[in-house]
Amino acid sequence: MTDKLNKAEEPGDAPPPTPAAVPEVIRAVPVRHYGRWVSAVITVALLVLLVNAFAQGKLNWGAVPDYFFDDDILKGVRNTIWITICAMVVGVVLGIILAVMRLSKNPVTSSIAWGYIWFFRGTPVYVQLLVWFNLGLVFEYINLGPIYKDYWSSFMTPFLAALLGLGLNEAAYMAEICRAGIQSVDEGQTEASHALGMSQGKTLRRVVLPQAMRVIVPPTGNEFINMLKTTSLVIAVQYYDLLQAASNVGRTSGATVEMLFLAAAWYLVLTSVLSVGQYYLERRFARGSLRQLPQTPWQKVRTNLFSLRTRRGNV
Amino acid sequence: MTAMVKAEGVHKSFGPTHVLKGIDLEVAPREVFCLIGPSGSGKSTFLRCINHLEKINAGRLSVDGELVGYRQQGNKLYELKDREVAEKRRDIGMVFQRFNLFPHMTAIENVMEAPVQVKREAKAVARERAERLLDRVGLADKAANYPAQLSGGQQQRVAIARALAMEPKLMLFDEPTSALDPELVGDVLDVMRSLAEDGMTMIVVTHEMGFAREVGDSVVFMDDGVVVEAGHPREVLTNPRHERTKSFLSKVL
Ligand SMILES: Nc1ncnc2c1ncn2[C@@H]1O[C@H](COP(=O)(O)OP(=O)(O)OP(=O)(O)O)[C@@H](O)[C@H]1O
Ligand SMILES: [Mg+2]
Repeated sequence: MTDKLNKAEEPGDAPPPTPAAVPEVIRAVPVRHYGRWVSAVITVALLVLLVNAFAQGKLNWGAVPDYFFDDDILKGVRNTIWITICAMVVGVVLGIILAVMRLSKNPVTSSIAWGYIWFFRGTPVYVQLLVWFNLGLVFEYINLGPIYKDYWSSFMTPFLAALLGLGLNEAAYMAEICRAGIQSVDEGQTEASHALGMSQGKTLRRVVLPQAMRVIVPPTGNEFINMLKTTSLVIAVQYYDLLQAASNVGRTSGATVEMLFLAAAWYLVLTSVLSVGQYYLERRFARGSLRQLPQTPWQKVRTNLFSLRTRRGNV
Repeated sequence: MTAMVKAEGVHKSFGPTHVLKGIDLEVAPREVFCLIGPSGSGKSTFLRCINHLEKINAGRLSVDGELVGYRQQGNKLYELKDREVAEKRRDIGMVFQRFNLFPHMTAIENVMEAPVQVKREAKAVARERAERLLDRVGLADKAANYPAQLSGGQQQRVAIARALAMEPKLMLFDEPTSALDPELVGDVLDVMRSLAEDGMTMIVVTHEMGFAREVGDSVVFMDDGVVVEAGHPREVLTNPRHERTKSFLSKVL
């Protein structure tokens, strides 16, 4: 049986196969996509109508650029950025702690984490913000013994209420994201780390979390962008954010709706910046999981320019 | 001379599955000790018990004269704290079937990680040793590569260098060549052979009978959680006394 096969595969001293001649290059009429053209024309027409409607409306568009860099507006922008960052820091740090607690073998620790997530995910942020702000009705004083003692109302500033309301809520979501990330890391990694004599904590910090990041970072970027927008709710606790600033300016200048568009434009600018940051962060944490990192858009542009130049040079 | 590893009546079960059913064996210092047996016989489990990745249920297991996972005071056994267990694992290197290199670190960072993090060694010192070890396993030019950029055989050799970086007194190998393409097996076995020549105590779970015969000082055949036959490789591999050993060898050879 094998003899036969071998013979079939070895037809004596056959000449080595010659490379086939290059076939003629295909020249064909490409398929025409009429549907695409029709739908594009309709879309553009609708857009023109929409823009026209807004332009004709009784809006003073000039107010938007006039107030774009207004001092009050800029203060609101700074505050929005600041509360977003602070709330996300609270959310991420607490989220990682909660995720580790949730995965712990100790049933008490893991139920505490479970309960926390259950509560903070199950109630609206807006309600949580109001509760933090108005907790003074329950606790008249805050008393940390010899360290700190004050009226609740002067302790719970708008900033602190916003920070607790947004940050503690975010932590519940981040905990679930981190848990998924930690669980995505192969068990062999923990084992190898333990076998080298690394402690539980070192294993988590040096081996598990850096690998979990690849799974954690993309949804965290989304959370960051979401948070930026959610901060517009802090108006409930009288924190002076972008939206608050815009409506204040709107009230005094009489351009109420225009200032809402201005706020929307600022939010768009901020979320766009975050999206770019997210792209580069994801790239950083893909290290080691891909043989070669894909080029950044900027690098692509540069190589394209470069190849154009060389191509032209060759001609 | 105290045995490097000594097992007396070691039992281990996972819930209802009784995996190790009384293992007795002794590994002398500088010995190359090969563990063979069919799939599911408990070889990996036994190896993992030695560095306390698994807890044994009954019996005694000691490494270099010290109990694994416990401390004896009088007649009482005290469980060791996580920190103490970690401390003992420093002296035992382990190499896995699926390499388990840290994918987010380069080859040299993998090798430096434990000395820097566990022994608090200066980076420069660790780097120098890592370079030497990578050179020893024939990968000096791959130091800056991430594991994903290395072949299986290269990854396994980095994994061996990583284990050696802690200067262990005992090395455990769990089927180090089973996940490799046949043409890559030789490089890894060569590294292991040179380790054996340098007098490292090694316990090797393997299906490479050639390696066991050539390098092994003793071979143990395990089946269904018990040691069926043990002895010099020549006897066990060429003149097995037990039926089960014979039938296993006839299948793998
Ligand atoms: N964590 C675990 N939980 C439950 N059962 C387990 C666990 N680890 C191993 N076992 C069981 O223990 C038995 C022995 O497994 P072990 O991995 O030690 O075998 P092995 O001899 O190494 O086999 P192989 O040659 O396939 O690697 C198997 O039946 C396996 O299903
Ligand atoms: Mg195994």
